[in-house]
Amino acid sequence: MGSETNAKSMSIIVTKGTLDWAYPPFILATTAAAMGLEVTMFFTFYGLALLKKDLNLKISTLGNPAMEMPMMGMHMALPNIMSALPGVDGMATAMMKNLIKKKGVASIPELRDLAIEADVNMIACQMTMDLFEYKREDMIDGPSIGGAASYIEVASKSDINLYI
Amino acid sequence: MADQLLDAKGLNCPLPILKAKKALKEVPSGGTLEVLATDPGAVKDFEAFCRATGNELVESRTEGDTYIFLIRNTN
Repeated sequence: MGSETNAKSMSIIVTKGTLDWAYPPFILATTAAAMGLEVTMFFTFYGLALLKKDLNLKISTLGNPAMEMPMMGMHMALPNIMSALPGVDGMATAMMKNLIKKKGVASIPELRDLAIEADVNMIACQMTMDLFEYKREDMIDGPSIGGAASYIEVASKSDINLYI
Repeated sequence: MADQLLDAKGLNCPLPILKAKKALKEVPSGGTLEVLATDPGAVKDFEAFCRATGNELVESRTEGDTYIFLIRNTN
């Protein structure tokens, strides 16, 4: 547990499981841990997918009208209607993964490993596991299983509480 | 000369900070870590990191495209 000069704490509710939305919680959790905060991540609904052993994260272009990708020297946005076409999300995902590599941005598995290494406390939502029929053995070892009360107990004592 | 050198060039947020945190564990108390980075955001981030962790940012300078930070482990 980080506990240098400030034993502050942060909790994050992680609700989204797409490649782009996986970044904010893991970036903030690892950075806060590096800065000496005690960090708890509560993975619920689609965020629970981020705890799977095999991460195969994708981007959804649907409902993401502000998403622009640098392409051919300009920025291209994708009209929402295109999102319905087969292969469009796959293409956007491939492009994003290329950019991530090219720009020296950490991969999500890398950030997740760093979070575990930094003793970030991870809680997997039991109700979501039941709802989506996730098996414990399909998920990484570290996280504990808990529910809303487990989160609230942590959040009520945390200096920062985020919902992402 | 710093006690440890960390080359974080080409890495983007938050990797320079995370790697610096790790590298600082190998620096004796009172010793220094030199970090090289190319992420412009690192300038403000290393200031914040040092304030929050109590480590001393002895120096922050730019040479060409490279940002150089000298951090003293005060823990």
